[in-house]
Amino acid sequence: MISQIFILSSKGDHLIYKDFRGEAGSDAVTVFYEKVTALPGDQPPVVMSHGDLHFVHVRQGGLYCVATTAADSSPFTVIEFLNRLMALIKDYCGSLSEKSVRMNFALIYELLDEVVDYGYIQTTSSDVLKNFIQTEAVSSKPFSLFDLSNVGLFGAETQQSKVAPSSAATRPILSSRGEQGGKSEIFVDVIERLCVVIGSNGVVMKADVEGEIRVKCYMPSCSEMRIGLNEEFSIGKSQLRGYGAAVRVDECSFHQAVRLDEFDSHRILRVCPSQGEQTVMQYQLSDDLPSAPPFRLFPTVERDVGGRLLLYLKLRCDLPPKRSVLLQDATTTHTPLCQELSSPDQSAELQPHSRAVVWQIPRFPGGTQLSALFKLEVPGLSSASMLEVGPVGLSFELPKVTATGLQIRFLRLSPVQPGASQRWVRYVTHSDSYTIRI
Amino acid sequence: MPYLGSEDMVRELRRALSNPNVQSDHLRYRNTILKVVRAMSQGVDVSGLFSEMVKACATVDVVQKKLVYVFLCSYASLNPELSLLVINTLRKDCQDPNPMVRSLALRNMTNLRLPSLVEYVEQPLTAGLRDRAACVRRVAVLGWAKLHKLQASSDIDAAVVNELYSLLRDPDPVVMVNCLRALEEILKEEGGVAINKPIAHHLLNRLKECDVWGQCEVLKILERYRPQSEDELFDILSLLDPSLLSPHPPVMAATLSLFLSLCSGLPAASLSALERVRGPLLAACGSASREMRFTALCHIQLLLRSLPGLMGAHYKRFFCGYAEPAYIKQRKMQLLVELVNDENVALVLDELKGYCTDVNTDTAQAAISAIGRIGRSYSDRCLEILTGLLGLKQEHITSAVVQTVRDLVWVCPQCSEAVCLALEGCEETVQDSQGRQALLWLLGVYGERVSSAPYVLEVFIDGLRSEVSPGVKMELLTATMRLFLCRPAETQDMLGRLLHYCIEEETDMCVRDQALFYYRLLHCGIEETRKVLQGRRSDPSLGVLIGRPAEPVNQWARSFNTLEPLKQSAAETESTSGGSPEPVTSVPRPNTDLSLSSLSPSPVDKPPNGVALCFLLLGALEKAEEEDYVCMEEHVHCPAPPRCSPQSLQAALQLVNVQTLAFTPPQTLPWRVYLYTHTRNTHRSTLILGELLYTGEERVKKQPRDDTALKGFLSILATVLHTLSSERA
Repeated sequence: MISQIFILSSKGDHLIYKDFRGEAGSDAVTVFYEKVTALPGDQPPVVMSHGDLHFVHVRQGGLYCVATTAADSSPFTVIEFLNRLMALIKDYCGSLSEKSVRMNFALIYELLDEVVDYGYIQTTSSDVLKNFIQTEAVSSKPFSLFDLSNVGLFGAETQQSKVAPSSAATRPILSSRGEQGGKSEIFVDVIERLCVVIGSNGVVMKADVEGEIRVKCYMPSCSEMRIGLNEEFSIGKSQLRGYGAAVRVDECSFHQAVRLDEFDSHRILRVCPSQGEQTVMQYQLSDDLPSAPPFRLFPTVERDVGGRLLLYLKLRCDLPPKRSVLLQDATTTHTPLCQELSSPDQSAELQPHSRAVVWQIPRFPGGTQLSALFKLEVPGLSSASMLEVGPVGLSFELPKVTATGLQIRFLRLSPVQPGASQRWVRYVTHSDSYTIRI
Repeated sequence: MPYLGSEDMVRELRRALSNPNVQSDHLRYRNTILKVVRAMSQGVDVSGLFSEMVKACATVDVVQKKLVYVFLCSYASLNPELSLLVINTLRKDCQDPNPMVRSLALRNMTNLRLPSLVEYVEQPLTAGLRDRAACVRRVAVLGWAKLHKLQASSDIDAAVVNELYSLLRDPDPVVMVNCLRALEEILKEEGGVAINKPIAHHLLNRLKECDVWGQCEVLKILERYRPQSEDELFDILSLLDPSLLSPHPPVMAATLSLFLSLCSGLPAASLSALERVRGPLLAACGSASREMRFTALCHIQLLLRSLPGLMGAHYKRFFCGYAEPAYIKQRKMQLLVELVNDENVALVLDELKGYCTDVNTDTAQAAISAIGRIGRSYSDRCLEILTGLLGLKQEHITSAVVQTVRDLVWVCPQCSEAVCLALEGCEETVQDSQGRQALLWLLGVYGERVSSAPYVLEVFIDGLRSEVSPGVKMELLTATMRLFLCRPAETQDMLGRLLHYCIEEETDMCVRDQALFYYRLLHCGIEETRKVLQGRRSDPSLGVLIGRPAEPVNQWARSFNTLEPLKQSAAETESTSGGSPEPVTSVPRPNTDLSLSSLSPSPVDKPPNGVALCFLLLGALEKAEEEDYVCMEEHVHCPAPPRCSPQSLQAALQLVNVQTLAFTPPQTLPWRVYLYTHTRNTHRSTLILGELLYTGEERVKKQPRDDTALKGFLSILATVLHTLSSERA
């Protein structure tokens, strides 16, 4: 049971406020923001309470989406709901940012009205909702750098726009009523998140992949779609299929609506996608990547004669050639620096508050190697401070690559759609956490 | 838009709203209304526009209607009279051929929250229950709950309640779930909606039709149902089993919660349910949403209380990600501490070591204290890491290390050598009061082994005037006193100065009183002082030594799937094993190595009130140290003390239901075994903590005896314990 829902910008502006049960006063918003600002750092705990008020919030796209609720309500439900609400807002408004929420507040109120009644969640299915939602979305400019500034840390959603074939995937789903109506498109994204820890000796200590297949559908009414995965796709350790290199995952779960009659024999998922975005399949793989992790680092940490800390980083990308990567790289250390980078389009800066050197590499072709030399002035450098250097965390995005090797063989809409329909398959691997110890 | 103060803005908007030109152009009209609602959601008080907005309500434009309703529902309570005007429009809309308009009107009619309108609302609500369109029925059902809230005193017609019950058979699953919700609120005083066998089975059969949210609601309500027979129970369980593996965490959690409540009498079944959800929970831990990850982590912590081995093989899933927020990292570290075992300890410590230099100081300190907790079982490796960290000379790190080491030494006195070596030079880096208190405590207790201790204390005493924290001052007093006892020559002078300052000039009453106390104590003579300051000390961590025994699921099942586990702070979990306050004061501080021994799960977790705790000391040949115990000392003259291997002794003791906590290694003297047992009577439960102490001379040291001797001893022990507990009870 949800008592109120409100959305705040990161600066605390009230964007949306809706009270469902009239139990708590509207000062709850202020109370919440005071609590957030009273805490050091930028990471308020998920659940905060103030007397009988319990705030549960999720943070996405730089927005706080907060629900107030009773103590005995299920956190799984509330959090899943808030996430779903944000996804719906994104579906309907095109993107999720302070600007788009501001512009579409009427739409969001309408959405909230249909989704929750008297604090009880009614429905979040976009198929049902599309009959009720009347307001049209005001879309902000399809893609701007401004929106990128709101990229979340795990920005799977937002960063996706960078590799989209066009900005098409960030438009509102309801535009069918508008002038763009004819364009029926469907996007199938295979998104994987890599979580890797590489020890100082170069040994992979941990490698996890969390993957999902996401369908984003812009078709007003979509008939059945068949998604064919690799034939040799296998689940669990025991079962191996086909003769080629196995594509293996540990565990795998499917959306309720997916029909699996052809999955066992042909690895085909049958699904009738509803409008908007949904996750059709989720899978995990731990500790057993089919290929070597994409990046390797050869660090050298020394003290030079002047008492400065020399940090020489050689980074190699082990992907097949012609794949390029967006990369950002951070090391924990101290104060002023001078730098030598191997290429002019890279940049590096020292962030004093987080004591990190951030090395940005816009493109990194596969099979190549980059190096950087940082000289850091460290007051009171001792041999012990060398221990403090590191680890190196890489955040990157590998387009057209999946770490598990999962591929989509084909994508068929079974009764062929009248008119031009476009089907897109995209692959991307993000770094959830890619840590290399020094 | 130019900046306007709120009053100007309201005036401007009112003018626009009442302008006939605007009213005739519905796009402009709608835009103006949009502006009003925008101002409202930004917190501007636009309640003055109420009458204008009421007029705007009568329109065919659904979007405009919705906007106006958003406004009206927010301000209706401020303008009850004007709200009456809306009712007519709303009632008319309830007759509209379009079901969407009907549901909209009905919903907002009940959302106005005006008791005066109740009489107008009842009739459309009753009609709404029988509407053709499901969306209207959904709204109408919840409408009754809202109505009930408005006038809680007046009973809702029994006919309505019956109708709601019959609507549980509605073809639309949302209507069904809403009925449950509404009945739950209306019948709150009677304990909520009645779940009898037909209803329960009906709900279970229709579970599949509901969406995620509906399923959660139904599962939650079913928790109240008690199956009448074992067969029925198992039928329900097997029906629900697939939901345990649901890819939707809310459904999985609600199902598990229901499982736990259904199986409250079948511990084995609940444990196997916990095993089943391991996969989905781990998947939730890797969810893209970090809030979801956090929730899953917190609930895994709960599960581990009953099944400590549940996640053992998956410890790597709890390694922290580089960019994860601090609250997730700290939870993961708490989990890692619980998952440590012989195989993974090296990897886990290596990982935790990496977090100690985290930029976020809270995370770094949490990592350090996590290493300290692991150090209770793997002290050497942990001490190596901790002392290594001192070399960094970072203020917050050193402070956290000193505090951790203090806590560690308390439990594992064998570490004290290494700690004493590491302490040198820390005093320059530690700045915060917590860290300095810890440092002073260490210097006081181990002063004789830290050569620089007097000089460090002297620096503290010289800087006393600028010291603000009373905690540090009190700790300084105690430390100096203790040091004085073992190194009087070096300390005498500074102790005099310290006492003088604290008695004459100090303003904090606690500090002054403590100084006076020590001063008078010194008057009583050095022996008395020694007795007070260096007597047996408490060891609150004996409870920790045993590791956490597996708790029964019922201990936490209630808080599963509520906000409770998410709120629990780290400090709380730290102290849960701290033991009860008064009995521990009598447990002597072990001076010898304590090797950990594993323990069988026995339900000894802070028994309820009325706990009698007594201490039983069994001296074999000699009387132990002279001291007055609050508790009991019992001397059992046993001809041959059992000096067998810990395992066999432990096994033997377990036969008589005595659990062992810790052993000294077999060949050391004095040889000790810590044990406890637990008896439960009808009205009172007794926990007995015992120490078996053997301080015999060398000649008595013998190899393991035969079984009969051991049995004889054990029977004595058992009878002693038995009589003791019966006396106490």
